[in-house]
Amino acid sequence: MSATSGLSRRQFLQWAGGGVVILVSCGPLRVFSQNADHISPEDFNAYLVIGNDGRITVFSGKIEMGQGVMTSQAQMVAEELGVALASIDMVLGDTDRCPVDSGTFGSLTTRMFGPVLRAAAAQARAELLALAAQKLGVAPERLMVKDGVVSAASEPGRSVSYGALSKGAKIARTIDGQAILRAASEFHVMGHSPVRLDGREKVTGAAKYAADIRIPGMLYARILRPPSHGAKLLHLDSAAAERLHGVALVNRDGLIAVLHADPEAAEQALRGIKAEWQVPEPQVDPQSIYEHLVAAAPPLKTIEERGDVEAARRGAARIFEATYQKGYVAHAALETHAAVAEIKEGKATIWASTQTPFPTRDRVAKALGIDPVRVRVITPLLGGGFGGKSADAQALEAAHLAQITGRAVHLAWTREEEFYNDTFDPASVVKVVSGMQPNGKIALWDYAVYCAGNRGAVPCYDISNARFRSSGGISYGVDKSPTTLHPFAVGPWRAPGANMNVFATESQIDMMAAAAAEDPLAFRLRHVSDPRMRRVLQAAADVFGWRAAARPSRRGCGLACSIDAGTYVATMAEVEVDPATGQVGVTRVVCAQDMGIVVNPDGAKMQVEGGITMGLGYTLSEELQFRGGEILDRNFGTYAIPRFSWVPRIEVVLVKNDDLAPQGGGEPSITTTGAVIANAVFDATGARLFRLPMTADRIRQATAKANSV
Amino acid sequence: MSVPTERSIQFELNGRHVSLNTDEQRALLWVLRTDFALTGTKYGCGQGSCGACTVIVDGKPIRSCLTPLKNVAGKQVRTIEALAHNGELHPLQQAFIDHGAVQCGFCTPGMILSAEALLRETPNPSPEAIVSHLERNLCRCGAHQRIVAAVQSAARRSSGQS
Repeated sequence: MSATSGLSRRQFLQWAGGGVVILVSCGPLRVFSQNADHISPEDFNAYLVIGNDGRITVFSGKIEMGQGVMTSQAQMVAEELGVALASIDMVLGDTDRCPVDSGTFGSLTTRMFGPVLRAAAAQARAELLALAAQKLGVAPERLMVKDGVVSAASEPGRSVSYGALSKGAKIARTIDGQAILRAASEFHVMGHSPVRLDGREKVTGAAKYAADIRIPGMLYARILRPPSHGAKLLHLDSAAAERLHGVALVNRDGLIAVLHADPEAAEQALRGIKAEWQVPEPQVDPQSIYEHLVAAAPPLKTIEERGDVEAARRGAARIFEATYQKGYVAHAALETHAAVAEIKEGKATIWASTQTPFPTRDRVAKALGIDPVRVRVITPLLGGGFGGKSADAQALEAAHLAQITGRAVHLAWTREEEFYNDTFDPASVVKVVSGMQPNGKIALWDYAVYCAGNRGAVPCYDISNARFRSSGGISYGVDKSPTTLHPFAVGPWRAPGANMNVFATESQIDMMAAAAAEDPLAFRLRHVSDPRMRRVLQAAADVFGWRAAARPSRRGCGLACSIDAGTYVATMAEVEVDPATGQVGVTRVVCAQDMGIVVNPDGAKMQVEGGITMGLGYTLSEELQFRGGEILDRNFGTYAIPRFSWVPRIEVVLVKNDDLAPQGGGEPSITTTGAVIANAVFDATGARLFRLPMTADRIRQATAKANSV
Repeated sequence: MSVPTERSIQFELNGRHVSLNTDEQRALLWVLRTDFALTGTKYGCGQGSCGACTVIVDGKPIRSCLTPLKNVAGKQVRTIEALAHNGELHPLQQAFIDHGAVQCGFCTPGMILSAEALLRETPNPSPEAIVSHLERNLCRCGAHQRIVAAVQSAARRSSGQS
């Protein structure tokens, strides 16, 4: 048995108690999984088990963090298997029971794991039909399935339930890729919007998140944090803390913690610790960071090139040169990172708020020096992730503390720790040189992105002479930049890199349209031949009531589009700007999206609305304040995330495209928010903003400058 | 470090009389979550900025992370766990589900209890009044417009105008 799975096949079948079990082995995983390279051939995992009682248990390594995949995955299985949604139980993110998975990010669940899950369910249906054919003495093709009951098409009374078929059966099948998925025209469960499966527990307070896990005798831990990243501990006095009754102190390899059976007593003990630190001289701040990043970033690498950029530059009638900047942004999920760890009889169990249960299991195993089979990560519901819970330092800290103290340990970061330990969306810079012919055609696009990564860097416009260069970043996978590049940790943040790249690209396009005195929608359509993009642009315009005009028209209407996670997005927004204060009120947003087959239309709309709303933060207010490695924003008092009064009326249009398999839904809409608001602000004021966030001060200054020219 | 003042504190919790011998300065949030295992009340910021820890005390929404236990002595405390009645959801809870006003669910208990307090005082609030009342409750998933719609719909249902 391999080290990467928790149970052997035999153990699993024992545990599942028989029934029909659909497994996956290496082959299909290699085809479908995001990162299957490390999986050895003897690995197996179950996707679904049909129990004797007819209930279906679905196992998925994908976790629920609000994006609705508990429900959408259940819908996919219910559809392909032919059962009612209510008969499905979901087990998510439990490394002892679920298929190996690299994590929940990148809008990949429906796009990449969905086909595997549907194939598993379709395979199970085929197996059950074969069993029913034997039992009923009817050929499989003459059978029909409804709500988990197989009956003869010509004789509905002749029937048998899935539960009855599973009884006594011990069938394990591996997906062979032969099962045929249902077409969109046949959907009964997919394509509909049932209420979410986790809704009731969430409105009643019954829903369990990592910090809600209770183990008898567990201790609450609080960890001493340095005042600044890079600080060195000079002196520690823990005498006062240790005098408190019931306090356990840990001081090992830089991990300094106090633990107590009561969380507030642990907090009080922490306050009793006196520590002196040597803080390094700050080198960068929010003003100087951009120059530093351009200078210190790894060399630019060409990621795509077409035509002759140099010749085009020499031949262009007009050249547009611009630099765009965006600050560091926090994830600020309402739930802070939390974990409960227990080590019993040589096996560690960690309940963790993590988007990456399997990599977390492997990291915990490595940290504790034990075999991964001896670590089980269980993922309760997450109170938001947004990429921030791909980092799982809290799980490692809790596991270490459990190992050191020999007790179950509860660790929930405070909001201040959350800000200190966050893996921020990196500050980044984009430099664009573009050129236009006298007829208003884009002749040149020379694009360089520093530190954001290249997701969203290559737009769908038809430009014959173009070059795209990137210094790297965390858009896809690991950031290989030197650790000294940023003054603290950075990491993936909802649609990593794409928010910046779309902001820069779509601002530049808008600038060129304005220079050509052409309506920005018409200008885009003239440069887009991709029919999917043309369709979403038109769909957004129809619902928005787009009025063609050269910009600025002083009406405050903007447009931006992008392709992200296989999904096409066009967003239009209307804003009001108070020129005296620079305050922006976003009054209306229309977002049209082509995401292929839509598994759950209302769930998809919630993701679009959520992306646009969350995006208002990086667009208008969110910019981490810091001095070197010292994080100055430590709570919501100074770090402003969107509130009710900021939120416009948002209308979502799902452009039907049932010929295409489901594409990503969690991230695409947020990629357009910065650009669409920037373009709307330009239309309202005539001022173009090159830096995110567009704070009121920056808009007021830019507006005053634009109007004084 | 201050010496804890241990006292007997009594109050009504979700309709039940409770009595505790404990430090009266402890925050209500941690007493609920630790001593009573009522984990529906959430920690989000610890300084009253986010509203995830909102509970109802004598009909008013309060931030339990900033409320010392002594402040609720002799009062009625209501948490999200007690909002449904005999398994039947409160109209606000049902409306949050029906309108898709729940994503990650972490702000949801505080949102629902804040809204419950609003509807108690203003049975038919305008959308502007809902926005203004919930302005200090944070939601990171971006469910805002659905939360406002859910509160409006629950208000209509409660006052029989559905």
